[in-house]
Amino acid sequence: MLEMTYMGFTLPNPLIVGASPMVRDLDMVKRLEDGGAAMIVFHSLFEEQLLAEEIATARAMDLPADSSPEALTYFPAFSDFQIGPHEYLEQLRRVKEVVDIPVIGSLNGVTEGGWLRYARLMQDAGADGLELNIYDMPAATDRPAAEVEATTLQLVRKVRDELTIPLAVKLSPFYTALPNFASQLADAGADAIVLFNRFYQPDIDVEALEVRRLQLSDSSELLLRLHWIAMLHGRVNADLAVTGGVHTAIDVLKSVMAGASGVQLVSALLRHGPTLLLVIQQQLVRWLEEHEYQTLVQARGSMSLLHCPDPHAYQRANYMQMLESWRGAEPHEMQFAP
Amino acid sequence: MATRNARNMTTIDGNEATASVAYRLTETIVIYPITPSSNMGELADEWASRGRHNIWGIAPDVVEMQSEAGAIGSVHGALQAGSLSTTFTASQGLLLMIPNLYKIAGELTPFVIHVAARTLATHALSIFGDHSDVMACRQTGVAMLASASVQEAHDMATISHAATFHARLPIMHFFDGFRTSHEVSKIEELTDDDLRQMIDEEKIAEHRRRALTPDAPVLRGTAQNPDTFFQAREAANGFYDACPQIVQTAMDRFAGLTGRQYKLFDYSGAPDAERVIIIMGSGAQTCDDTAAALAAKGEKVGVVTVRLYRPFAAEAFISTLPTTVKKISVLDRTKEPGAVGEPLYQDVLAAIHESAAAGTLPFAVPAIVGGRYGLSSKEFTPAMVKAVFDNLSADKSRNHFTVGITDDVTHLSLPVDESFDIEPKDVVRAVFFGLGADGTVGANKNSIKIIGEDTPNYAQGYFVYDSKKSGAMTISHLRFGPKPIRQPYLIKQAEFVACHHWPFLDQLDVLAYTKPGGVLLLNAPFEAGEVWDQLPRQVQQTIIERKLRVFVIDAYTVAGATGMGRRINTIMQTCFFAISGVLPREEAIEQIKKAISKTYGKKGADVVRRNCEAVDQTLANMHQIDVPAQATAARERASIFSDLAPDFVKRVTGVMASGNGDLLPVSAFPIDGTWPTATSQWEKRGIAMEIPIWEPELCIQCNKCALVCPHAAIRAKVFNGEAPAGAPDAFTTAAYKAPDFKGLKYRIQVAPEDCTGCNLCVNICPAKDKSNARRKAINMAPLTEHRQVERENYRYFLDIPDVDRSKIIRVDVKGSQLMLPLFEYSGACAGCGETPYIKLMTQLFGDRALIANATGCSSIYGGNLPTTPYCVNAEGRGPAWCNSLFEDNAEFGLGMRLAVDHMTAQARQLLVRLAPQVGDELTSALLDGGDHEAASNNGDGHPDQKLAEQRQRVLALRGKLKGIDSLEARRLTLLADYLVKKSVWLFGGDGWAYDIGYGGLDHVMSMRRNINILVMDTEVYSNTGGQASKATPLGASAKFATSGKTTQKKDLGLMAMSYGHVYVASIAMGASDAQTVKAFLEAESYPGPSLIIAYSHCIAHGYDLAMGMDQQRRAVACGIWPLYRYDPRRAEQGLPPLQLDARPPKVPVSEYLGNETRFRMVEKIDPDRFKRLAIESQRQALQRVALYQQLAQLAVPTDPKLEAEPAKAAVAADNN
Repeated sequence: MLEMTYMGFTLPNPLIVGASPMVRDLDMVKRLEDGGAAMIVFHSLFEEQLLAEEIATARAMDLPADSSPEALTYFPAFSDFQIGPHEYLEQLRRVKEVVDIPVIGSLNGVTEGGWLRYARLMQDAGADGLELNIYDMPAATDRPAAEVEATTLQLVRKVRDELTIPLAVKLSPFYTALPNFASQLADAGADAIVLFNRFYQPDIDVEALEVRRLQLSDSSELLLRLHWIAMLHGRVNADLAVTGGVHTAIDVLKSVMAGASGVQLVSALLRHGPTLLLVIQQQLVRWLEEHEYQTLVQARGSMSLLHCPDPHAYQRANYMQMLESWRGAEPHEMQFAP
Repeated sequence: MATRNARNMTTIDGNEATASVAYRLTETIVIYPITPSSNMGELADEWASRGRHNIWGIAPDVVEMQSEAGAIGSVHGALQAGSLSTTFTASQGLLLMIPNLYKIAGELTPFVIHVAARTLATHALSIFGDHSDVMACRQTGVAMLASASVQEAHDMATISHAATFHARLPIMHFFDGFRTSHEVSKIEELTDDDLRQMIDEEKIAEHRRRALTPDAPVLRGTAQNPDTFFQAREAANGFYDACPQIVQTAMDRFAGLTGRQYKLFDYSGAPDAERVIIIMGSGAQTCDDTAAALAAKGEKVGVVTVRLYRPFAAEAFISTLPTTVKKISVLDRTKEPGAVGEPLYQDVLAAIHESAAAGTLPFAVPAIVGGRYGLSSKEFTPAMVKAVFDNLSADKSRNHFTVGITDDVTHLSLPVDESFDIEPKDVVRAVFFGLGADGTVGANKNSIKIIGEDTPNYAQGYFVYDSKKSGAMTISHLRFGPKPIRQPYLIKQAEFVACHHWPFLDQLDVLAYTKPGGVLLLNAPFEAGEVWDQLPRQVQQTIIERKLRVFVIDAYTVAGATGMGRRINTIMQTCFFAISGVLPREEAIEQIKKAISKTYGKKGADVVRRNCEAVDQTLANMHQIDVPAQATAARERASIFSDLAPDFVKRVTGVMASGNGDLLPVSAFPIDGTWPTATSQWEKRGIAMEIPIWEPELCIQCNKCALVCPHAAIRAKVFNGEAPAGAPDAFTTAAYKAPDFKGLKYRIQVAPEDCTGCNLCVNICPAKDKSNARRKAINMAPLTEHRQVERENYRYFLDIPDVDRSKIIRVDVKGSQLMLPLFEYSGACAGCGETPYIKLMTQLFGDRALIANATGCSSIYGGNLPTTPYCVNAEGRGPAWCNSLFEDNAEFGLGMRLAVDHMTAQARQLLVRLAPQVGDELTSALLDGGDHEAASNNGDGHPDQKLAEQRQRVLALRGKLKGIDSLEARRLTLLADYLVKKSVWLFGGDGWAYDIGYGGLDHVMSMRRNINILVMDTEVYSNTGGQASKATPLGASAKFATSGKTTQKKDLGLMAMSYGHVYVASIAMGASDAQTVKAFLEAESYPGPSLIIAYSHCIAHGYDLAMGMDQQRRAVACGIWPLYRYDPRRAEQGLPPLQLDARPPKVPVSEYLGNETRFRMVEKIDPDRFKRLAIESQRQALQRVALYQQLAQLAVPTDPKLEAEPAKAAVAADNN
């Protein structure tokens, strides 16, 4: 009833375990599969982080060496001490061994060489697909938007050429002409577009005057995703997936109705554990039955820009109206029977 | 005879050459780290952890013990149980093995011990090489075989292992520490087959058959009585008689295999020599070559190299001497004060005279003199050898001479003609001056390997380091040429001299090493066109006079552009190959890149890429500069040593600091190893790139920056606004905010030339600019921009009198930092985690402290000459410091306490007797004022107030005593200062406290004497290079625990608490500085033994130490490092003596582990294993915290009947 196709895979349901540290624990991975996860996306391999670690380790070991007559080195000499993606790849291999569902690698690179090298390594390690987690920080004041997009498109083409496995591209919300950009990504070879990564959202600690790391998401973050999934559905030649803000079965339904073939869950699973997957599936089935849907696919894109009863709702013209309606009445809450 | 095996040429150092054989020919290897032998054990451990096989196809067991005494004990056991065993050691470590060497020899046990011979500590410790350690074993009954080079170390190791099974005598194979152990040289490597052919399996079987086994039990180690011991001792004589021939047979067999023929004594030189030198060790090569050069000129000189020293084969020795010999000079690399002569001299004398007496001497009895050379790796050059031969030419040859120093006191030294030189013409010499952290030595080792392995050339590398751990200078001496290099002495003049760090051109005479017409390569932080004008005048002049070709490169810029930071090694290495032309450029570059790949391979593709990019960028950035005909600079070489220093310090210490210590004559030195303190202040090194600059308007005056500074290079002061005159313009101040000195001025001041730029102060600073959170109350800024201004500021700052410490209301973090540090500008690593604790101790109690310091990092940065960090306050008081040994520091410190206690008791007794003359009021005030403890921490007046008052009373007493003419008054005058309380401190690291010194530490803690123990716990043997100790935490990788330590850290604190009367504190300054200060105050005030275990971050943990304090906070937050104080005084009040000072763990242990390379390595090698260890570590941390939580609830029950018996009675009872 909940089957869905995504990135060329037929999934028993749209519930995907998004990029998270959960994959580090094989036991957890198994429990996720048992709970009904349709696909697992690995946490991103951050090229930048690997580079930083390499440099830091080399410095930590090199700097004190050969400078005192009493100690030529301060660490055991290791021939099999490896820095680089091998831990990640090893874990990917192990996860592949324990589950039957598709396992997708995720990659965040900074250099072209890095993207291609690591993408190939992930495919070789057995990844069923690859998600490119684009984090092209447009910090430069002299780099126009077109160039930012062109760089990414070029990258997707190259990775596509390099790989045979399906490719998804995960984006941030900060593209000026997302529908156009998404179409171009699809043309460049992206099998799926994933909206949105949660970069660019650091928090500020006002007491310590420090920038803090990202916190877990909540359902309020879903709205931005719904909007853009709905905008893209049926209009770009790629599957769509939501990541960020999916916490409940209703969130899943909304996503699918907007046009998503897959929904990635992270924060909710971290909070509630793998059993949440079962709960969501049961609730979805119940909701579909109660509302007399035959399959979930029926609902896919039903509320997208193309198919929703009031396309203006997704457009700026409707802005005032929405504000007024919000002021005038309590928003309608979809409730499940207890 | 066996066929010649195919062998590799390899380029390795003497330690590796030795370990390579020892490893392959043994089964059980038991070790303990000590310089310069540590690497042998480390290599064995590394090979074993990789599963490398011995010649019998199995990896030996490698085990680290708690001391050398422990290592040899285990070896003894392994041997008795039938194993083939070895160990490696040196110096004090060898001394600790002596009792067992007697046993092993007495039991006629085949065994080889490899010794990198090192100086024994006498008036001072020295890590360098001579024969004083091995000579202290010549009476034990072990056979002794000496090597003179890296190749010989490889060969003699083999011969030792082969011969010991035939001889049934243990063999001590030794070679010169550093000169041979650390010299990198191209040698022919013996194959496993070679080794197999040297070993007689039947003899090993005999050893096995003698093994202790319950299947055929025998008894050894009996006790014997006067009736039998003597005869039984003589029963072994035959083995000593047979040993020399057995060794010679092994040497002959070896010659058959390899073509290298050794003799028990080898002769070289003129066949008809009349003057002969007898010598042993690396100096023999220098003698050989010098004799050959002199003989070629017709001089009748020769050299006997002693190889088998014990048993001394007199007959073989005499037959080695040419029958033409008329005069003999015996050279000993040791000193035996008070003896007729040094050991080898006496042996030679006895051998020849015995032979003469027996009528078997084939020549007339020659004149024999003895002399000393090369103590503590003192250079031994051909010029000195010539001086020794010249001495023999004299009508009356000087006996018991020294050579290599100028003895202007007892006039024993021989004059040396320094211009005498026999360096071969076909050898190329290169000298490189590097900064410790820039990788120069590592790159040079690679260069030697490249030359040694990719060209037909032979190559040699030797490396000289200074005694500082931060900003250290390294000098690399490289030789290469078509024949084996036989020059075990430093290069004096080189075809190629490179200075990799610009400031060295000022600090020492780099150009003295240049040869006329040679090349000078400079890493200059300027455009090529500007370099000439930046050079000091003397340097310009030498360049012109010696017609040097000068090449320059701004290597830091190239390194920076390619992401290499300050690592300029591969860049400078590329320059060397490009200029020297030893290899075609392209090939050289390829080889350099190959070496980079080999070094970093798995550690990171990007590091390899960056290095290779740096190599590629090098040649475009290297320029040869035009040398003008005239020196143009107005600037002279600037000294880093202050002209303001006291005369002795300038005359002696200053000369040492400028690298000219070799020139100092005997008369310059203290006769008993006593040196003035407070000398680090005169050496202004200026090694930081950036220094902290203070922003008074942002500062919240917490003084944390001063607290954490490892080098006392950032200080806080409160002072009267009117007092100082002539303040520099830039000397800004703030109004002091705290109540005790409200209204006074306040300043945080950096010592710009003493700062190492570690960043700890900036990281700890809690004050941020409200409009720009990146800006703190102190920020790092380039030294070059601030050096001049801050130097003036600092000079002025130091002249301002310190605040009256007795007026400081609260001795907390803030208050303590207004006190003068009496430990400053040590040579410790930048960001050192130990020194902030030491500095704090000196601020609180330094003016009345005696410090016993265990050998280790803290004794090196605390007491390694030339300049030392312990200093004095305005009254001239400061810590008195001494290092005894590594193993005995607790006992040593206790001894200090006993002395102080007894002298105090005497002073009090004398005072009572003299009360009628001194006056009752002063007497009783003095008797009551000696103990200020009651006042210390109860807010009942300030401890320093009481001390100041007592010091005033002592002054008054001295005044009175002057007027009393009696023996007792004179005795009290001497002892009066002991009426002021002294503070006795025992400093050391975890290697001392947890391992080698634990027995003694435990014992002194079991007593009730008032000692204060500071264990600076880096969880590893830091000084010798990161070997595991019992303080190494579970899951950490360290040498001897390569794949991650599997047992948890020993809980030293809990062990100490079990006594009940020991004050124990576990502290981590970065986690709670307030608790740290409190623990020091409580420990010092506690009138019994106090133990402070201080978390000390260390370079051996593998991360940027700028984050050291954050990592300390994490260690505490995750429960790995609990903070607590156990105060027995609380038990007397019915309170639980243990107080926990940290909240329950709130972050996972993994968050702490993930930041340090020592843990990450394990994860990278074996993630599953790491995960298991991390879980175990988490479990144990929680368990430990839970245990402490329960203990902290536990009030000691009090029995009302016993209440009347105060603890003080127990103290009194224990004090005898």
